Amino acid sequence: MQHSKYLIIGSSHAALEAIAAIRMQDPDGSLTLITRDNHLPYSPTVLPYVVSGRSHPDNISLKDQAYFDLHAIDFIPGRRVEKLEPDNHCVMLDNGQQWQYDKLLLATGASPLIPPVPGLDQTNFLVLRTLDDAIALRQASDQAKKAIVLGAGLVGMHGAENLAEAGLDVTVVEMQAQVLPGYFDPQAAGLIESAFSQHGVTMKMGHRAVRIEQKDKGCQVELESGETLEADLLLVSTGVKPVTDYCAGSGIKTDQGILVDDHMATNQTDIWAAGDVTQAADFYSDAQVVTGILPDAVEQGRIAGMAMSDDPCLKSYSGGIPINTYTFYGQQAISVGASDVSTGTLAGCSEVELSVDTDNGFFQKIIFKDNQLQGISGINAALDPGIMWQLILRRIDLAEDKADFVAKPLETGRRLMSKTWR
Amino acid sequence: MALGYNTITFNPDKCDGCGDCMLACSQAKAGSDDPVHSRIQILTNDADASAEGQSAIELAMCRQCGDPKCVSSCPAAALSKDLSSGTIDWDSSKCVNCLLCTVGCAFGGITYNAEVGHVTKCDTCDGNPACVKVCPHGALEYNTSGSVYNRIGDKEDLFVPGLSACQGCNSELLIRHTLRNVGSNVVVATPPGCIPGMGTVGYNGKTGTKVPVFHPLLTNTASMLAGIKKQYNRLGRDVTMLALAGDGGVGDVGFQSLSGAAERNEQQLFMCVDNEGYMNTGMQSSGSTPAGSWTSTTPVGKEMQGKRTDAKNMAKIMMMHNCEYVATASLSFMDDYYDKLDKALAASKRGFAYLHVYAPCPTGWRFPAAETIEVCRKQVESNFVTLWEFTPEQGLQFTRSVDKPAPLVDYLKQIGKYRHLNQDQIDHLQRRVDSQVRSLKAFEQSSAVS
Repeated sequence: MQHSKYLIIGSSHAALEAIAAIRMQDPDGSLTLITRDNHLPYSPTVLPYVVSGRSHPDNISLKDQAYFDLHAIDFIPGRRVEKLEPDNHCVMLDNGQQWQYDKLLLATGASPLIPPVPGLDQTNFLVLRTLDDAIALRQASDQAKKAIVLGAGLVGMHGAENLAEAGLDVTVVEMQAQVLPGYFDPQAAGLIESAFSQHGVTMKMGHRAVRIEQKDKGCQVELESGETLEADLLLVSTGVKPVTDYCAGSGIKTDQGILVDDHMATNQTDIWAAGDVTQAADFYSDAQVVTGILPDAVEQGRIAGMAMSDDPCLKSYSGGIPINTYTFYGQQAISVGASDVSTGTLAGCSEVELSVDTDNGFFQKIIFKDNQLQGISGINAALDPGIMWQLILRRIDLAEDKADFVAKPLETGRRLMSKTWR
Repeated sequence: MALGYNTITFNPDKCDGCGDCMLACSQAKAGSDDPVHSRIQILTNDADASAEGQSAIELAMCRQCGDPKCVSSCPAAALSKDLSSGTIDWDSSKCVNCLLCTVGCAFGGITYNAEVGHVTKCDTCDGNPACVKVCPHGALEYNTSGSVYNRIGDKEDLFVPGLSACQGCNSELLIRHTLRNVGSNVVVATPPGCIPGMGTVGYNGKTGTKVPVFHPLLTNTASMLAGIKKQYNRLGRDVTMLALAGDGGVGDVGFQSLSGAAERNEQQLFMCVDNEGYMNTGMQSSGSTPAGSWTSTTPVGKEMQGKRTDAKNMAKIMMMHNCEYVATASLSFMDDYYDKLDKALAASKRGFAYLHVYAPCPTGWRFPAAETIEVCRKQVESNFVTLWEFTPEQGLQFTRSVDKPAPLVDYLKQIGKYRHLNQDQIDHLQRRVDSQVRSLKAFEQSSAVS
């Protein structure tokens, strides 16, 4: 049986951040990184750019073998965890190998959520979560002429833009009434949608696919409205779900994801979880949420690594908030925190400052509660998202600076933050 | 081992928001006068200026973090920390414009520039920052202590481990750094004082150094070094003569031989480690003790409120000897110190070099051991001591501006030996500080004229 003091499952942002944190405290303790992927560590977030050709698959590695050698890390790609035995401090891999650990981090991320649309399981379709997916999608887009993108989340929107730019005739089908729900309110989403429409992408919002069929080399999608769409490429991007199948029978508590406390510890001794696989504290409420965003993965990974290596500077997770930076057709959309007061925990909140200039594609919405920033979203508006994030997390009182902040969020945010650091 | 890095520092108290730095940055980085291109953003707010004691000037720029979250948040491996320079480098060929780095940064240090269509950040102009060069008030500085530490850290420590200096004493830091830089081709003299007291001359028949060291009398340090130097010269060997003396061994008991050696321009480097008194023998007052100080011989009671007379300015006295090199230094400004140490060593090959280094004493002055470097800094920032250098050719030149000093009370209030001071005594010390600065400035001006 193999043994590693620290055993890390997964190799993206959360795992890599945890490794860095562990190595700050413990430069020598044996550390092993096992991932089901066959490549050097990369970020799922870069994949749309692999599809578009902006990033080359050989040029996206977040860490290389030299880094692992330097920090005495055993990197094992292409191995999947089958089973966990927390009582024995033991992990079973898909090749039957057993690994014993002192401390275990589960950072297995998420995988595409495939909606239960009748016929979809009989149809050829593509997803975009791994590097192999991205390469396959890039190759498919070279041959296809017409594409349907199911789901207008980040992956779908990036995919639609890439396919359209590659010369395909693209239709986006989204069940909800708008693109990027949860990050932008309907008005902002409308601005993004119209940019896509102007670039020739057909946007079908509020449409549900009720049946999907394989047709020769392509597919046919039937909508609830009765309309039928045909295409030779189908990208399913209806969200992701945490990869937790190996937790079955282990006693690890899961809900939508692996449930973790404020130090990213699971309910089982010496097992932590971080990143897209977790369901962790929400900033706005007492609920536990799956956020599935990169900045949270980094944050959680660092906390888990610090906890695993008994770092005395360990601080509690401050709770996840939605954060999104999204570039489309050369325009910037940024959203930090709450974006909509019509639903959710801020429903009915009236402290909303809105500024819109449709002609110039400008949108800015700021939500306050008790003079504290709750959320800010903008399109083509200059913001420092990192500063906005801190203003929200630190619950900084903006009473005296509110007018300045609304007029000039960039400069005022920077000034407030600089003052806070001193 | 962790490396030290050079860094741009900002002192908001000295900044008036003129914006020259932003203009220089925009021009250097984008060839434009538009401050939108500046990677250093000075933020002013008129409303704040009226608020008492609050600076209205704030700063947004890249901190070149040690654990950079922008790098952690980059999905495309376009950002990386350069382990030799310490800067966070941005690779345009890898960047995908996702802006996630800007989510990671809480300093406004990496930001999207719509004019150029990608993020930009400070790269410290490869160690020669344009912003620092144009700052008219010294609010921006390029601190090179980091590379100094790296350079010196690679050299052998020529003192043995386990010197028994008091907790928080900066003399040990000073002499270890100094001897690393001076190297092993040296004879060290440590007259009675804290430095031999902490074990540098050794005990039980062994020395506390890895180089020749001896323990002269307080009265004859400079003359003994002069004799040894002459003998080595006679043998055709070029050996550095280094004295590590306290302020008593320099300005009181040791003054006669010191003054003589300086007058004869003997080839030696004489370093005064000034802790303003006879600290290792029980904190008695010396000629370097400032007025008002509590010491065991200038107590605070019914008759006396600390020392009644002013300290003499030994560095100025040595300047009047027209030595090859004279300078003052503080361990809060290491890059300045190392610069002077190099110059003093070079000068000691030609003749007499004198370095006066300030050594606040946590035990004798009564302040927390962890505060020493901060006390050093406040000493300088309040002009209680000033940093300057002198050569016969160049005359006196300040190496750190004496304009816009911090309030003297900020320095005095953190030190126990001044706790009893009344307003008259504080006013007296302020007048003394002002007159010293005036006098040194006059020397600087006369050097500029001649």
